[in-house]
Amino acid sequence: MIDASVAELRQALDARKVSATELAHLFLNRIDAHDAAIHAFITVDREGALAAAAAADERLARGERAPLLGIPFAHKDIFCTEGVRTTCGSKMLENFISPYDAHVVTLLKEAGAVSLGKLNLDEFAMGSSTETSYFGATHNPWRAGYVPGGSSGGSAAAVAARLVPLATGTDTGGSVRQPAAFCGITGIKPTYGTVSRYGMIAYASSCDQGGAFGASAQDCAALLEAMSGFDERDSTSLNRPAPQLRAALDAAPQDAARPLAGLRLGVPVEFFRDGLHPDVVRALGDARRQYEALGAQCVEISLEHAARLAIPAYYVLASAEASSNLSRYDGVRYGHRAADYDDLDSMYCNSRSEGFGAEVRRRILIGAYVLSHGYYDAYYLQAQRLRRLIAQDFRAAFERCDLIFAPVSPTPAWKIGEKADDPVAMYLADIHTLAVNLAGLPGLSHPCGFSEEGLPIGAQLIGPHFSEVRLLEVAHRFQQNTDWHCRRPVLSAA
Amino acid sequence: MNRTAQSDWEVVIGIETHVQLNTASKIFSGAPTTFGAEPNRQACAVDLALPGVLPVLNRGAVERAIRFGLGIGGEVAARSIFARKNYFYPDLPKGYQISQFEAPVVIGGSVRFRVGEGEAAYEKTVRLTRAHLEEDAGKSLHEDFQGMSGIDLNRAGTPLLEIVSEPDMRSAAEAVAYARTLHALVRWIDICDGNLQEGSFRCDANVSVRRRGDEQLGTRREIKNLNSFRFLQEAIEAEIRWQIETLEDGGQVQQATVLFDETVGEVRVMRTKEDAHDYRYFPDPDLLPLEIDDDWVARVRAEMPELPAAMAQRFTDEYGLSGADASVLTASREQAAYFQDCVQAAGSALAKPCANWVMGELAARLNRTETAIADAPVRPVQLAGLVQRIQDGTISNNTGKKVFEALWNGEGADADAIIAAKGLKQVSDAGAIEKMIDDVLAANQKSVDEFRAGKEKAFNALVGQVMKASRGQANPAQVNELLRRKLGA
Repeated sequence: MIDASVAELRQALDARKVSATELAHLFLNRIDAHDAAIHAFITVDREGALAAAAAADERLARGERAPLLGIPFAHKDIFCTEGVRTTCGSKMLENFISPYDAHVVTLLKEAGAVSLGKLNLDEFAMGSSTETSYFGATHNPWRAGYVPGGSSGGSAAAVAARLVPLATGTDTGGSVRQPAAFCGITGIKPTYGTVSRYGMIAYASSCDQGGAFGASAQDCAALLEAMSGFDERDSTSLNRPAPQLRAALDAAPQDAARPLAGLRLGVPVEFFRDGLHPDVVRALGDARRQYEALGAQCVEISLEHAARLAIPAYYVLASAEASSNLSRYDGVRYGHRAADYDDLDSMYCNSRSEGFGAEVRRRILIGAYVLSHGYYDAYYLQAQRLRRLIAQDFRAAFERCDLIFAPVSPTPAWKIGEKADDPVAMYLADIHTLAVNLAGLPGLSHPCGFSEEGLPIGAQLIGPHFSEVRLLEVAHRFQQNTDWHCRRPVLSAA
Repeated sequence: MNRTAQSDWEVVIGIETHVQLNTASKIFSGAPTTFGAEPNRQACAVDLALPGVLPVLNRGAVERAIRFGLGIGGEVAARSIFARKNYFYPDLPKGYQISQFEAPVVIGGSVRFRVGEGEAAYEKTVRLTRAHLEEDAGKSLHEDFQGMSGIDLNRAGTPLLEIVSEPDMRSAAEAVAYARTLHALVRWIDICDGNLQEGSFRCDANVSVRRRGDEQLGTRREIKNLNSFRFLQEAIEAEIRWQIETLEDGGQVQQATVLFDETVGEVRVMRTKEDAHDYRYFPDPDLLPLEIDDDWVARVRAEMPELPAAMAQRFTDEYGLSGADASVLTASREQAAYFQDCVQAAGSALAKPCANWVMGELAARLNRTETAIADAPVRPVQLAGLVQRIQDGTISNNTGKKVFEALWNGEGADADAIIAAKGLKQVSDAGAIEKMIDDVLAANQKSVDEFRAGKEKAFNALVGQVMKASRGQANPAQVNELLRRKLGA
C-alpha cells in the first residue's frame, strides 16, 4: 500500500479495501518512523489529518467518489492553512497561524484529500537545497547527508520516501523540478496562472507558481488537476477551464509500439554544453534514446538567451520582487518582533535581522539595490528586456519542436553544506530551470537514471503555454516503458 | 494676500489633491469603506497584508477615474500600470503603497473657473498634469497610548484619485478657487462625497516665488495635507510671506516638505530633500496592466451628467444670464438642478428673476438655517409660481418676500393659495384706486398745496398715503399714474 500509485489507492478506497483513516494512520506511522532522519516535515498535523480522513470516510460511505477523496498528501509550508501554523521555513513566521486557507488548500480540502502536515522548504522558498530553512535541512532519502534540492525539498523528499503519496510545491526558479530530479520522483510546474497564488506566500510574484509532486506523471496529473482553476482573488489567475489531465493520460495511444510517433522533441544545444556532470550526460543520453525508441524525433534547437541570460535576469527580477514582497514582515502586526529596540527604526531593523536568515537578507538587499534610484534602469529594466529576449527564444524554438527536452540540473544532489557558503555556485545550479519561469511556461521533471553514487537524475520537459496535458502524456508514455519512477530508496529504520 | 505689496514677486503654485473615491468597498479588497467604524473593524486579510494575500482591483474605482478624465477633458489612458511605492511605516501594512507612477490612468485635461468678485473677477484655466489611482494608508494614533502608537487600518486600502495640477496658479486666491472648483466637480460627477472634515478631499500645495520676469522657477516647498479651503488659503499666504522674506533677507529656500500649523498660522519643516525617500518604484507584479477600452469609456460617457462649465455656458446662451450668475448657479449640481426645475416651471423668459430668487432670498435663507438646497421647504415649482405672480403684476416684489416666507413655513401649497388666503393680491382696479386717491387727497390738502407749489417730494408723500390705504396691495405704477392725472400734473 505504501508504494501504491494514486490510481491503486483510489481503487482500494472505492472498493472499501482500505479506509481513509487506515491510510492516514499508515502514512502517519511511516512519518513517525522515518521523518526524524529525513526531516521533510516542519509540522505534522495528526489531529487534522485524522479528522479529515474520518470526514472522507463518511463521504465514501455515502457512495461519493472523487479523484483524491481520502488520499493522503502534504502541503509545502508556503501555503496558508487556517489553524495550522504556516512558517515558510522562517523564524519570522515560526508561530504564525493563518486565519484563512490558500485557494489551493481550499480546493484540496473540498476534493477530500487528507493533509498530513506541512513540508520543509528553503526560507521563503529562496534556495536550491532546503538548507536555508530555519527549521534545519531536509536530507535526501536516497542518501543521508545529501540535499533533496529546493526550495520544495521537503515535498520531494516526503514523496520519494513515501511518507506521503503526493505533495504540493511551488516553483519560482525550479523549486519543483529540481528537487523532483534530486529525489527521483516526478514534478510539474504548470503555466503561470494555472494555480492560484492566493494564500501562497509570495517570493517573486511574477515567477511563483504552484506545482505537484508524485511518483509518476499519472500521480502528478491527479494532484495538479485538483489544484488548478481560475480564482478571482488572484489577478494573474488564468480565466480558462482547468485542464482535464487524467483523462488524457488514461487514453490508449494509437500506436502502442511507437506511442510518441510524430512528437518533435527540441534539444537545446546550449543546455548540453560544458558544465554537465558526466552522469547527467549519460542519463540524459539514455533518456533521449528511449524517447526516440518510442517514436519521438529529436531536433536541435537554440535557447541562446535563455542559457546565457536567465541567471542574471532571474536574480535581479526575483530579488527585486522579493525585497518588496517581504517588506510586510516588519514586526508590527504579526510575525517575529525583536525583544529589544529603542525606536521604530531599531524595531524594524532588529526584528527583520533576527527574523530573516542570511539568504533572505541577501536577496532583500540585492532587490532593494537594483530598484534604487539611479540603478533601476541598469538592472531592473535591463533584466525585463532580457526576460523578453528569453521568452522570444522559446517562441522561436516552439516553431521547430513540440516540447523541449533538457537537463533539470547540471549535477545530481550535492552534500549538505557543500555550497552553503557559496551563493553564486548555488545560483548557477538553477541554470536549466530559471528560464522556464521567466517565460511563464510549464515544465516537468521525471526520473531517468542514477549517478555512479546512486543519486537520482531527472530529465526536464518544457512545453509552450497550456501544454500541461501534452507534457504529462509524454512523460507518462516514457514511464509506461521504463521503471525509473518505480525505484524507491531504502530507508534505514528509525 | 496683498498683491501690490509683493508685486516684485511672482508666486507659482501647483496643487496635488487626494480625492477619496466614494466606492462601497476598498480599491484592492472587499472590505467596506464606511467612515468612523471601530478601529481595525474594516480591515480584512488583504488590508492587513497577511502572508499570501493578493490585491484585486475594484472596477468601481476605475470607473470613477474615467468619469474624472471625461469631466476635465483629459485623456483616459488605454493602458496604465500599477506600481509599488516602497517605504516602511507602521500604518502601511504591506511596506509599499500600490499607486500609479509612470503610466497614470488620466493624462492632461484642465479646469476653468472664475477668480474674485465683481469688476475684478476674471476667468482662469489651470492645466492638469495627470490623475492616478492609488490606495490610502491606515492611521497612526499617537495620543491615546502611553509611549506607544496605535494603528488603525480601517482607512488602509481606501481608493484615492490623486490629481496633479500644473504650476499654473499665481496667488492663494487662485489656488483656493481651483480647489473649490475641483471639489465641486468631483461631487458633481459623483466620484467623491467631498467631506473635508473626514479627509475625503485633501490638498498638498507646491509653492515657490520668483522675481517678476525671471524665466526659471524658484525652489518650491510642498505644504502637505490641507483639508479645508481656509487652511489652504492661510497656509499658502504664510508660505509666500516666509519665502519672500527669506529671499529678501538674502537667504535661500531649500526644497522641503512642510506642514501648516493652523493654531499659530505658520509652516514647519517636516523633511528636507536630503532625507527624501527613495521609493524604489516598480510595476506591481500582482496586478495586470489596467486596460480601458473605448467601449468602457463610451459607456461611462453615456452616463455622465452635463458638466458645470457646459451648463453655465448654456445658462448664458439660452437664458441670457451673466457669466457670474451662471457660475454661481452651477456651483453645485443640486443648486443647478433646483434652478433648472424652477425655470422649467416658470418658463425660460423668467430665467433671470428665477436666478435672482435662487441666488438671493433662497440662498440667504438656506445659509441662515444651514439647510441643504435639496431639503429646501420651498420647492422649485413653488418658487416658480411665486416668480410668475410677481412677473404678471399680481403681487409686488416686496409682497413676494412675504409669500416666500409663508411658503417656507408651509402655510400654503403654492403662491396663489397664500396670496388668496392672506389677501395679498395687488389692487389694479382703477376705480378702487381712484376712490382711495380721492380719500387721500381730501384728507391731505396740505400736501396737495405743496405739490401744486412745485414740491415734488409732496407727491411721494401722497403716493405713500395711497399705498398705505391699500395696505400695500395697490399697483404702485398705477397709483403713480392716476394720482398725477387727478392732480392735473
